[in-house]
Amino acid sequence: MDATVRPIAVFRPREDGWITRLFNWKPFLVALCMLPSAGLLLIFLTYPLGFGIWLGFTDATIGQPGHWIGLDNFISLSQDPIFWLSVTNTIFYTATATVGKFALGLWLALLLNHHLPFKAFIRAILLLPWIVPTVLSAIAWWWIYDPQFSIISYVVVDVLHLRSTYIDFLGTPWHARWSLVVANVWRGIPFVAITLLAGLQTISPSLYEAALLDGANRWQQFRRITVPLLMPILAVVLTLSILFTFSDFQLVYAITRGGPFNTTHLMATLAFQRAIPGSELGEGAAIAVSMIPFLLFATLVSFFGLGRRRWMQGETNE
Amino acid sequence: MTSGLSRRDSLILGGAALGAAGVPIIGARAQAPTPTDVPMADVKPPELPIEKGAALHVIRPAKFIDPDQVYWDINTKRFTDTTGIPVSVNYISWEDLRPQTAVIANTGAGADIVFGWAIDPFLYETKLVGMNNLAEYLGKKYGGWFDIAKLYGTKWKTNEWHSLPIGGGAGPTVYRISWVKEAGYDRIPDDLDGFMTLCQKLKQIGHPCGFSIGHAVGDANGFAEWALWSHGAMVVDQEGKVALDSKETIAALKYVAELYKYMIPGTIAWNDAGNNEAYIAGRISLTFNGVSIYYVLKNSPDPKLRDIAQDTMHQLVPKGLAKREPMTAGPMNAMLFKHSKYPNAAKEYIRFLMEAPQYGPWLSNCLGYWSEPLKSYAKMKFWTEDPKLAPYANAMDTIYYDGYAGPVSAAASAVSANYTVVDMFAAVATGNSTPEAAAKAAARQAARYYGRA
Repeated sequence: MDATVRPIAVFRPREDGWITRLFNWKPFLVALCMLPSAGLLLIFLTYPLGFGIWLGFTDATIGQPGHWIGLDNFISLSQDPIFWLSVTNTIFYTATATVGKFALGLWLALLLNHHLPFKAFIRAILLLPWIVPTVLSAIAWWWIYDPQFSIISYVVVDVLHLRSTYIDFLGTPWHARWSLVVANVWRGIPFVAITLLAGLQTISPSLYEAALLDGANRWQQFRRITVPLLMPILAVVLTLSILFTFSDFQLVYAITRGGPFNTTHLMATLAFQRAIPGSELGEGAAIAVSMIPFLLFATLVSFFGLGRRRWMQGETNE
Repeated sequence: MTSGLSRRDSLILGGAALGAAGVPIIGARAQAPTPTDVPMADVKPPELPIEKGAALHVIRPAKFIDPDQVYWDINTKRFTDTTGIPVSVNYISWEDLRPQTAVIANTGAGADIVFGWAIDPFLYETKLVGMNNLAEYLGKKYGGWFDIAKLYGTKWKTNEWHSLPIGGGAGPTVYRISWVKEAGYDRIPDDLDGFMTLCQKLKQIGHPCGFSIGHAVGDANGFAEWALWSHGAMVVDQEGKVALDSKETIAALKYVAELYKYMIPGTIAWNDAGNNEAYIAGRISLTFNGVSIYYVLKNSPDPKLRDIAQDTMHQLVPKGLAKREPMTAGPMNAMLFKHSKYPNAAKEYIRFLMEAPQYGPWLSNCLGYWSEPLKSYAKMKFWTEDPKLAPYANAMDTIYYDGYAGPVSAAASAVSANYTVVDMFAAVATGNSTPEAAAKAAARQAARYYGRA
């Protein structure tokens, strides 16, 4: 060997340090990136939820921390007629309000789907009941339903003389229930209407044209084109709407606070009343926890039942 | 400067506004004169050496009428000027006060003194500093404590003071003099039959009475309790056993069912403001309420409302079968927590507030909104100067309280918070239940709350 033949410096890549190897390891990277959002969810969502569920199994009161008492709260509630009344109230309220909101919301969406003058303006106005804070609209409805100062009663009795006595909106159980349903439907229509409108706009007009050429009438177009193609978004909106309506609190609390002797108590308002003013935190939490099975059931039914592709694309498509 | 107001003008205006706002405060710096109409014994205050560097944090309920806050602030400022101890006072909304008290008690941090509601002193007994020396001093100096003040201030059936009652709010009868006269009465009858006939006649002349039987925390519970106690019924007996299902309760239920026919329609949907609104609008002639209705009417810029104030009179609620007026006054209690770093300073603050130069003006300017727990203050001139305030003067001189006749406990406040008694009356009054069934159901419900206690 001479000076002209030197061993070539072989460049060997330096061995990765353990930190580099760690950060290159995919599972670790994934976990690290998800940590901020997962952490937020854990602290602000899971912890309160878990703590609330745990509270339902204790005898906590506002003054004292609770001790584990197992299912005692739930057994006691199952023997409480007011609790069962609130369950039936909630189911009735959710069912009727949802039907109302969807019927009217869909109708509005279909109307708005056409070319109207000032379309954008009308759509903006339509959103108002939804974006006004619930408490404010609840107070407004409370005034509308007031036994002495209702504007509707005033118009009907003092101006038009159609009746001699003021309308009793909130004085009897069924009147109060229907009044609350009306207020809730008024509040909820915009959400349904705007979302369904968005869904309607994704349906290609060429489908309608093709159907028209084939001789389909309006009803057949609606049933064969609109409904199936709207199903996915309908399932989502229905799920959300049921969740919101079932756990509604502000409207009922601001207008009747549970109404004529507990006949408009929803599970949410009863849970609050038992827990905070009544200072029975454990029992209130138990009532709130017993809402979970109903909500889960409703979500599963509407999401998986309606979202199935058979509805969307015909019998053979599973 | 394009607008009409120049920078100099706005500075002058601002300075004038600040100066104007500062005038009452400056006046308050001077030592306040002792009111001459409060009889006092010559007693030495307890020795409370103030801790060095003391500063106090206090929370109390939010005002319902302005003078409540104005005079409390004046008194607090005078305390700071006299002793050099800074005090910060937070006015908390009524619904939030009890949960906040719970947080303070459970975390051992936050306010030193809580002026709280209802039975909270009993819930947090073990966390409160004893008030014996202060209570004995004030009792000796100002003629003694009223029964209800002692009931809430001391541990059940002892002389151990765990809190100091500051004042209570009552709900006597508020009525329109001219309309009651038109119905043929000079004053509200004290017997149940007479009261029923009066309400019947009031409805006949087109000016009915109105009492809330809906979910109104204050008014509905007040009315329901009056109905029970005036018939000799009660929720629990002295041993704490539920005594709601009794023939006295059935009689009360039947009475209210008939009275409901003569009330203005819709009271079942009223909240606490319902009867205030209806009375001020001239829709009802008679109700049970605190002095808030009269206060609003008297101080209104509208002459029509001031006329209604002229035509308004107050009277203690009808006795019915009870030996004393079946009315209670929900007290506000000063609770000093053990976690406070400056207990002596805190006690000094409470003592200062309860002394005549401070308490007197606060009490008199609230026009009877608060009733005093100490007997001497009942002799103040303002109680008799406006004869309409008479029923509020001795509001705390009563044997009745929330949860009468059993021990004061969380169960009693759970019963009123859940409207157990109110709903019982509402169900019968609207014809949705028979008296017997409603009484049984309500007794079962009450037993659930008392069974847990």
